[in-house]
Order: sequence, then structure tokens, then C-alpha cells
Amino acid sequence: MNTIYILWLRQVKRYLRSKSRMIGSLSQPILFLVALGYGLGPTFQRAGEGNYIQFLAPGVIAMSVLFSAIFSGMDIIWDKQFGFLKETLAAPISRFEIMIGRTLGGATTSIFQGILVLLISLLLGFKISSFSLLFTAFIFIFMIAVLFTALGTSIASVLEDMQGFQLIMNFLVMPTFFLSGALFPLDGLPKSIEIISKINPLSYGVDGLRGALTGLYQFTFTTDLITLLIITFILFLIGSYLFSKIQV
Amino acid sequence: MSIIEVINLKKYFKEIKAVDDISFSVNEGEIFAFLGPNGAGKSTTIKMLTTLLKPTNGKIIVNSFDTEKQSNEVRHSFGIVFQDYSLDDELTAYENMEFHGSLYRVPKKIRHKRIEQLLNIVELWDRKDYLVKTFSGGMKRRLEIARGLLHHPKIFFLDEPTIGLDPQTRNHIWDYIQKLNKEEKITILLTTHYMEEAEKVANRVAIIDHGKIVILGTVEELNQKANTNSLENAFLHFTGYNLREESTNGIDRMRMRHNHKIKR
Repeated sequence: MNTIYILWLRQVKRYLRSKSRMIGSLSQPILFLVALGYGLGPTFQRAGEGNYIQFLAPGVIAMSVLFSAIFSGMDIIWDKQFGFLKETLAAPISRFEIMIGRTLGGATTSIFQGILVLLISLLLGFKISSFSLLFTAFIFIFMIAVLFTALGTSIASVLEDMQGFQLIMNFLVMPTFFLSGALFPLDGLPKSIEIISKINPLSYGVDGLRGALTGLYQFTFTTDLITLLIITFILFLIGSYLFSKIQV
Repeated sequence: MSIIEVINLKKYFKEIKAVDDISFSVNEGEIFAFLGPNGAGKSTTIKMLTTLLKPTNGKIIVNSFDTEKQSNEVRHSFGIVFQDYSLDDELTAYENMEFHGSLYRVPKKIRHKRIEQLLNIVELWDRKDYLVKTFSGGMKRRLEIARGLLHHPKIFFLDEPTIGLDPQTRNHIWDYIQKLNKEEKITILLTTHYMEEAEKVANRVAIIDHGKIVILGTVEELNQKANTNSLENAFLHFTGYNLREESTNGIDRMRMRHNHKIKR
């Protein structure tokens, strides 16, 4: 327990100390909210879909959690580079404990990030429909965070250096975000896009989060929750397995 | 009595025989130096001794535990200073120590007392709350030595601990390591490229080249066999004068690029 706590604490301390990184990663969500939210708002309204900021804000919160979670999982590559991973791997603790500590740490910082974006979107005109469901929203933020931290860890375990980073960004992270229903409703789409968005785990995270914050579900609460739980569990196992295979 | 026992150890990376069937043992309480040109297999051997790398073949017993079957017990038995720095730059000196102590489950009260003791010994106590990224190379090394001793290991591995350090710091570090070996009876296994350092501190020396142990014995024995008067000459006698190529892995390449960028 203590070992998991100290691994968690390290991630959180590093996050709180890198103010520039924290602020830097807020600029993108703000840009999305302002440029898309205000820019596409009137068109969205004319199409009869209602207030776009209301629709967009949960998607942008999910986006910032997604990015921050994937990157914190991929931090392992930096730990490899700066040698710190060896210190952790030579210690008498199981790889599984390291995986849990790191994932919880990464998830915690991603949740901070998500809450910051939630606060910003409130300033930009987003309205939460019921505060009693805020807790449900946190559950979904937590699940998105754990899921993608585990994915980031899996990727980092097989990558040797940051060379592949752009590739991951362009072919995995961006499509995951754009095809998740974060920016547009998932109904009436071409078949191929619909299929992709249905197998995209983030779709369920965005939907659950949007449902909790605004009451608007595309799927259902239960579908979102169960799908996320299953995928998170599977990715966590894959991540643990790949992490246990790391040799430095 | 031997505390490290290596039996027919092999490590192949695809075609390359990084460690090719070596056997040796290290006695409890001795200072054992592992020497060899670049790419000879020293670091690979240390990685296998410290459970970070699985051998292709062979057996290693550390402190009477098998490195593959009882890796946790083995990990409790040793402390290590890696060839490259392995501190968290974004944490303070104290936090790095605290992190290590928690991972090794040193009880809180003992932990705090020992951290203070050790940081005083390596003369970093007044800098304990500084972030490690503000430290010089020598300070980082001293911190790593203190950290490696925090859980009171029986064996201390030092993989080129004095590389890139000024003579003052090098001297200071070796004096401390010798003292540690005498007073605490800690077994020390080290690698270095500075022959005069090995000559000064090591009880026994093994020279490894192309993955094989070329010769093993005291410095006098090696000099006798090579008919030389210094370990440096004996080393050249046994390993030849050719320059070696060391293959780099992805992380080394990245680090090189990174350093390159900083210089520009």
C-alpha cells in the first residue's frame, strides 16, 4: 500500500510542479471551446440541435482527460530515458504494484486537468443541469483517465524512444478524439464512421460524461458504464503484461 | 564464503553474444572489480546480477537467492549505482531518498533517521530540499550512493560510479566506499574504466572481453602473468590495443539527440 502511495505521490508532485505544462495543456481546450463553441454555435443552433457549448463542453473535458492520461502513461519513456525507471524496476516490489501506482497517479493528474477544464467551460457559458449528478460525471472522468493511462503505459512499454510519438498522436490519439462524438452527435453518420465511433472507447466516456452533466445520452448510462469498465479492465491487464516485460 | 555465484552465464541478443558463458564468484566482504573495454559485457552482466535482465542461459545466486526464481529477495540484498544517472530530477534530494526508502519498505522512523545520516555523510544534508535538477554531476553521484545504501544492502553494485567526475570527487567517493567496505562489511562489485582506481581499491579483478572472462585474480597476479608493472598495461596486454565499437540502443540514441539539441 505504501509503495503504491509513494508511486502515486511522485506523479502528483511532478504534475503540480510543472506549472508550464499544466497551463500549456489548458490552451488547447480553451481554443476548442472558444473557436468551435462560439464559431459553430449559430450553425448548430440553426440545425435545430440546441446550444453548442452545452454539447461541446463535455467533449472537450473528455479530450483534455484523454490527452493528459495518454501522455502520463507515456511518461514511462522519459523515465527510461532519464534512467529513473531502472531505480523503480530494481526495487523489491512487483511490476503489478508499479503499474497500479503509476496508473492511479496518472489518472489523478488527468482528473485535475479535467476539473480545470470543467471550471473554464463554466466560465465560458456551460451550464450543469443537475449538481447531484456531478459525482456520476467524476466517475466517467475517472474511467476515461484510467483507461487511457493504461493505454499510454502499454504503448510506452513497447516503444523504445519518443520517435514513435508523432505516429501515436496522429494515428491513434487524434482519431480517438475526433471520432468519439466529442464534437458532433453520432447519429445520422455514414456507416463506416458510425462503426468506428462505436468501437471507440472514448465515445462511451464522452457520452457518459455528457449524460451526467447535461442529461443528454446517445447510448444509455448502463451501456456507457459497463463498456468502459470492460475495456478499462482489459487494457489494464494488457498494460500490466507489457509493463512486466520491460527490460532495461 | 561466496556471496555472489555466477555459473555458466550467457546472454545473447539475437546473433550477438553479449555475455558468453562466464562463471565466477565474489567472496563476502571483498571489493571485486569488473574491467573490460566498451561493449565487453560488463553492464549486461550487472543487469543480470540485479534482476533487470533475464539470462539466456545459466544461473546466478546472490546472497543465497536465485535471481530468476527469488528476484524480490535478491533485490532486497543489493544496492546499486547505475552507470547513468537514475534520479528523478523534478524531486528534491530528500524526496528521492524518501521514494527509495518507501519502495524498499524501510520503516518510517528508521527511514528518516537514516536519510539524515546518509545525506550528512555524502555532505548533502544542507541541500536536501533542493530539486535534483539543480545538482552538479558529483552531487548527483553522491546522492545516488547515499540512496543505494538506504536499505542497508549486503552487496553494493557500482557501475562506473566515477565517470565524468573531477579527481576530488572521485577520491572522496572511493575513500568512502573503502570505508564502507571495511566498517560495514559490505561486499562491493564495481566496474570502471579508470585502471588506477581499480588498482587502488579492488581485492580481486576480473577482465572481461567479447563476453568472456579473460583472466581473474589479484592485481599482483595479473601483473605477474602479463609481466607488466601496472594494471593498465596488464589490461592492454590481455585485451589488445584495438578500438572497440559499442552498439547503442534506442535510449542512448535519444539521449544523444537530446544532448545535441541542448548544445545547440
